Formats: sequence, C-alpha cells, structure tokens
Amino acid sequence: MITGMLAIEAHGLNKKYNTKQALDDISLAVKQKELFGLIGPDGAGKTTLLRVLNTMLLPDSGEAKIEGHELIKEYKSIREIMGYMPGRFSLYEDLNVEENLTFYATMYGSSIKENQHLIAPIYAHIEPYKKRLVSKLSGGMKQKLALCCALIHRPSIMFLDEPTRGIDPVSRKDLWKLLQELKKENITIVVSTAYMDEADLCDRVALMNEGKILDMDSPENLKKNFTKDLFGIRSSDDTFGLIRSLKAFEHAHTVYPFGDYIHYTDIREKVVVKDLLVYLESHGIADVEVKNIQPSIEDYFITLTANK
Amino acid sequence: MNIYNPEYAIEVNHLTKEFGEFTAVNDISFNVKKGEIFGFLGANGAGKTTVIRMLIGLLRATKGDILINGIDIRYHVEEVKKTIGYMSQKFSLYNDLTAIENMRFFGGIYGLSGKEIRERSDELLDQFKLQPLRKKIVGSLPIGWKQKLAFCTTMIHQPSIIFLDEPTSGVDPIIRRQFWEIIYELSNKLITILVTTHNMDEAEYCHYTSMMVKGKIIALDSPLELKKQYNAQNMNEVFLQLATT
Repeated sequence: MITGMLAIEAHGLNKKYNTKQALDDISLAVKQKELFGLIGPDGAGKTTLLRVLNTMLLPDSGEAKIEGHELIKEYKSIREIMGYMPGRFSLYEDLNVEENLTFYATMYGSSIKENQHLIAPIYAHIEPYKKRLVSKLSGGMKQKLALCCALIHRPSIMFLDEPTRGIDPVSRKDLWKLLQELKKENITIVVSTAYMDEADLCDRVALMNEGKILDMDSPENLKKNFTKDLFGIRSSDDTFGLIRSLKAFEHAHTVYPFGDYIHYTDIREKVVVKDLLVYLESHGIADVEVKNIQPSIEDYFITLTANK
Repeated sequence: MNIYNPEYAIEVNHLTKEFGEFTAVNDISFNVKKGEIFGFLGANGAGKTTVIRMLIGLLRATKGDILINGIDIRYHVEEVKKTIGYMSQKFSLYNDLTAIENMRFFGGIYGLSGKEIRERSDELLDQFKLQPLRKKIVGSLPIGWKQKLAFCTTMIHQPSIIFLDEPTSGVDPIIRRQFWEIIYELSNKLITILVTTHNMDEAEYCHYTSMMVKGKIIALDSPLELKKQYNAQNMNEVFLQLATT
C-alpha cells in the first residue's frame, strides 16, 4: 500500500486504435520523487500510456490523477507541471540550439537563466554549439537538447519516452546518471525503455507487454518471483550445438541464449550438474562450464511472456 | 593489388571515406571469416553506417579496397549485391502486402524465377517457423514478428553474407533469442553475419568484434580476448573503456 500524495494514480485505463487494444485496463501508482520505469518491447503500449498520462492523448475509458490533478478536467494544470521528452525527435530544425531552448522556456513563462543549474550537466555538452542549427546536430546532441528543453521550466514530473533507444553504451550511461541527479532535485521521473537491464536502475518498474502491465514492483522484488534454479552454461567450442543439445535434453525446461552464457532451467526440483555435463559430453559438446546464476529482470520477463 | 584469401568473406584494406573536409572513415582494415558472426560495434557517429554502406555497395570509398568473397566491389558492385543480404534497422517490408507477397516482390527484384521464389519462400517460412503468417497482411503483425519476417525476406536470394543493422532493437526478449538462434544456425552453415548493435549483451554472442571510435577501428578481437585484455566483466565495460579513452 502506498500512502501520501501520489505523483500518478491511474485506474482502468483503456485505449484502442481501430482493432488493436493498445492499453488494456492499466492501473498504476507512482510515488512522488520516484524513478519509475515502463519496461517492455515495441508494441507493449509504453508510448500510448505515457501520452495518456501526460494529456497528449485521450483514453477511451479509465481515470487518472497527476499530482492530484484530474487527467481530463484539469489537463491545463498538468501540462504546467510536467515535462515530456517524446521518443521521436521534436525540436525545431530551423532554429539553433539556444533558440530552441529559449522557445521552450518562454512557452512556460520561464527563462534559461532561471533553471540553468538543472540542465547544466547536459547543457555543458552542447553549449559550444549553441549557435548551430538543430538540423546540423548529431543524433546524440539533438537528444541532449531535447532533454534540456523538457527540463527548462523545472517540471515536477518528467515523462521520457525511450531516451536510450539507438544510443551507444556511453551515452546510455550518461543519461541514467543524469536521471539519478534529477531525482535529487525532487523530480518524479517516468521513463520507458525496451532495454530490460535498465529496469535495475529504476526504483520501481511496470513490466509491460501487449497493452498490459504484467507485474509491477521494485526490480529486486520482481527478481524474487523467479523461483526456479537458474544455470548459466557455456562451451568455448560450439554454441549452436550447445543450444540444440540442451533443447533436446529430456529434463530441459527453458533454454535461452543470454550473452556469452545459455540460461537453462530444468523441470526437475533438484538438478545434478554432473548429469548435464555427461549428457552434453555424449552429444559431443566439450569444454562445458555450468554455474548457478542469479536471474535478471529479463529472465523474469521471459517467464511472464512465455506461458501464454 | 590484393591476393584473395578464400578463408575470408569480407576483406577491408585501408578503407577511407571523406565527405568534403570531414573524414568519416579513416584508414580502417579488417577481415571477416566465412561463417563468422562479426559484431561491428562503435559509438554513435563513429562511422559504422558509412562503412556498411560501402560494404554493400551503396557508397563508394574515397580510398582503399573492399573484397566481398574475393570480388572487388569497386568494379563488380552488381555481382556483389547478388551475394549479400541487408536488413536495415528501419522496417523495410511493405505493410500493405502479405508476407508471401513481400517475399515474391523481393525475390523478383533479385531476379529469381517464379519456381525459385516458391521453393525458397517455403523453405524460409519453414525454417523461421513463419508459415502461419504466409497470407497475413504485414501491417497487421506484431512488431517482433515483422522483424523476423524482414530477416527471413533478407535471405530470399540465398546470400552468403548478411548485414544486420540493429536487427533486434526493441524486439521482445523471446523473439530476440529466436533471432540469435537463427544467426547461430546460419553461421553453422558457413553463412557470414556482420551485425551492428548497441546492446552489449548481444556483442557477447559474436565470434569476433570490432570497435569503432571516430572513424577508426581501435580494437579488433573476440569478446573473450577483449574482456581479458581490458580486465572487464562484460562487453559493456569493454565498450565504456574503449569509447571514453
């Protein structure tokens, strides 16, 4: 049970595009100052949910409150307190960096000066190019500017739609560092991503698929729901052969490649590693390493979506 | 003049691409063995896409050589195109055609006969377990299935080398693994795969990887060796070290 004023409180949100149920009875609560993740693949409904919550899109049914303001009736108040960084690039290409920022600040009756400290760590990267037209910026720089524009009026709640999509690991790391900083400024952050490993960087997450929330909790608690013994198996020899042999093993429950290891669960309660090694050896798979591993959010997500 | 090494599917020697004053690709060399899964990694704006566009014959190099299965792409670009497949990160099928119509269309572009297209489509739809989608309008399919179908269509003309540009970005975890199982299977059949990804978990799947920063290849080795060399737990750490030095 969550007490105190909630940043977001939503009940039974539905949204249909023609025949596709984009949001299927979504309810959620996000605490103030929380870093909350919407985690799921493309088509899960992440963007639709963000756009409903930030008043850009009307739901077919359901209700929600953002910082106590009713979604539909008080949409204007919501827009004043929120920042939104859409997934698709949304700046003015024919204005320069500084002009874009000034434009967004002025729209909210604010100025660059007023909240400069908030954007300083990101803006430092693009300030040398402040007279450059946005159309001439690289993708990474455009994205940093979009974030500055969403922050410049000091929103109390931020919606970011897949900010790490298509960017390299260095920029990804920078962005998450920045979100942690914003948390310290008491800003509630709702961020969507298809990268399952980013769930671990959030306070709480909703795992989404096909318009539904499959589960919602802190990443630590979610991982506890993965109750089977999980093994990481690898062979320096023949990964394809290893996958094929494991799948054919009579006791195999799940076999999924995960980076350099194959993640394996068994249908039996007790797994004897030696049996596994003997079996693999009899199938010509040599130099095998088997170890116990801790499940990740992705392991858990797979169990939720595989049993359909 | 290079002497062709039959072990290699791709040979790149001193490749450079300049756009006016800007050097996008700066004197890079690497080889990809036949049947290898080669992870072509790098920071945003490092020049990866420019290299791939040169490798598939969409862009001419300023300097340097590219041999695809021993054929010099500069003089025989059309011949090379028949032996390679390319899947872009942007979905490239026709949404208003069915799966099989898309395959027929792309087969036709590669000059396959009606009979060849029929046989080959069946074979691929079986292999990718996509037969149930055969007559479905592509636009109506879930995104993961669309990507799988795009991959399947890339194979219609039996290419010996496949270029995959962020093939699994945003794809659900189960379908992503089906992708990689197919990639392993293709590699097992000596089909060469060059793949770009920002997902460092996926870099771990590759036999060999290159890392590009600012137009240069600054590391070239197997994930295992790179992790050893940079004293890193995983490829993500390797990437962070390489890209920030």
